[in-house]
Amino acid sequence: MTVRSVADAGWRERLARRERAGAVFVATCQVATLVGLVFLGILLVDVARDGAPYLRPELVTNFPSRFPHRAGYASALVGTVCVAAIMALVAFPLGVLAAVYLEEYARPGRLTRLLEVNVANLAAVPSVLYGLLGLGLFVEGLRMGKSLLAGALTLALLVLPLTILTAREALRAVPFSMREAAYALGASRWEVVRHHVLPYAAPGILTGIILALSRAVGETAPLIMLGALQYVPFLPRSVWDYFTVLPIQIFNYVSLPNPEFHRLAAAGILLLLAVLLGLNATAIWLRNRSRIRW
Amino acid sequence: MDATVRAHLRPEVARQALPGAEPVLRVEDLRVWYGARPALRGVSLEVPERRITAVIGPSGCGKSTLVRAINRMNELIPEVRTEGRVWFRGRNLYDPDVDPVEVRVRIGMVFQKPNPFPKSIYENVAFALRLHRRLSRRELDEQVERALRQAALWDEVKDDLHRKSGLELSGGQQQRLCIARALAIEPEVLLLDEPCSALDPVSTARIEALMEDLRRTYTLVIVTHNMQQAARVSDFTAFLLDGELVEFGPTEELFTRPRDRRTEDYITGRFG
Repeated sequence: MTVRSVADAGWRERLARRERAGAVFVATCQVATLVGLVFLGILLVDVARDGAPYLRPELVTNFPSRFPHRAGYASALVGTVCVAAIMALVAFPLGVLAAVYLEEYARPGRLTRLLEVNVANLAAVPSVLYGLLGLGLFVEGLRMGKSLLAGALTLALLVLPLTILTAREALRAVPFSMREAAYALGASRWEVVRHHVLPYAAPGILTGIILALSRAVGETAPLIMLGALQYVPFLPRSVWDYFTVLPIQIFNYVSLPNPEFHRLAAAGILLLLAVLLGLNATAIWLRNRSRIRW
Repeated sequence: MDATVRAHLRPEVARQALPGAEPVLRVEDLRVWYGARPALRGVSLEVPERRITAVIGPSGCGKSTLVRAINRMNELIPEVRTEGRVWFRGRNLYDPDVDPVEVRVRIGMVFQKPNPFPKSIYENVAFALRLHRRLSRRELDEQVERALRQAALWDEVKDDLHRKSGLELSGGQQQRLCIARALAIEPEVLLLDEPCSALDPVSTARIEALMEDLRRTYTLVIVTHNMQQAARVSDFTAFLLDGELVEFGPTEELFTRPRDRRTEDYITGRFG
């Protein structure tokens, strides 16, 4: 190839420089990606080393105890599952219905706009404040005490805005042409929503729900505000019982002076991470399995 | 058209003489705005029964707006305002007591981009039947088959009715599925909004042949930006420009002896 075809002298040098600039950019991006992964890796290795001796079945069958080798997370794990389940029953129907209303029914206007902005703002409110709200409203106002129900309802309030936001995204992702097609066949608005919009948005809504669930499972602050106990040597038998959850139990063990408890806490962190990873993996699996390619 | 309906047509509106067919739809001084922007500036025309009426004109002239006004699809879009009347079987479809659902059951529609539901072929066609009729399993099967046959799709899909999603069909098949889906509930009028513009020539030819068949049973209104298509398939042609009806008449006349200078310019390719 002759040089004539690529303009003036110096073009090749400049080309090399341009390509170097591109390479530098890619390297920077790779470093940025690695930073997060490296720290996660360090954390995992460190926690795994500390917690390894306690990774045994008793970890999830033992109740809290003064003796580290007899202590475990039975009440915390069951508490977490119960709180999450009740929260899901309350928050997700409410969240999805609110999203359907805002997306499919509410007439665009000042009121709708106000609602939307507030939902978005609520999603950004620090979780401690939800704890205070729960304390005032459920624990004291409605006299629920420091019960499982009060905790679950507080977390439900916490994840409600998030659920609404993700569900709205999923509803909005259903092409307008589907609504048009259904309306043109004489479907009423309710039938369009029931037979088309909701089913097609369901995978996305479900993904958002699971992510909200995993956020709630990892929450500590609001439940501490609420007065979730740190020593619960029994499984909850009704929604009015005292309860504890994994993050609080971990927090408790970490704050004890005996270093053996710190190892137990590390094992608890692994347990919590396993629960969270399981939830997130389910979300990704669902999304990939049932996504509709329009 | 039956005599009672004729009696309901408003006599004070001058009727354009259309040889060979009675009007089933009468659009009267139709005006549509998108926000402040006018899209139709007072269009009046009559759609003859069991004929194919083509609506032609350059992009943005209001062709789609016109057909979408006929089955009240425009009101799904926020900020759309409609004035005027559309008479159908003796009723103004824009009367406050007319339910748009009923309008759309009797006046079906096929869209520009094929939009089958992400469900099985069978469920695509059965959807409207399930909504509007109480049918036994067998009757439902029969109606689905009838609609797919009418849309000339049956032979290609009869073995995959439940197995294949509507989205797995080719573009031309998808569009015929959409036609079958609309025909399932036997509308009296079928509106086709540029049904071939996303299709290849072979699929287009199949749809055009299909329209020729459907003309025996249904009244068809087709929007097209393709003048040859209008000339090939339609009995009557309406030419729209800037939201106004410039000329409307038998297709052959409009294409061979246009009365308006602008029509002549358009069909001879001087603009648009």
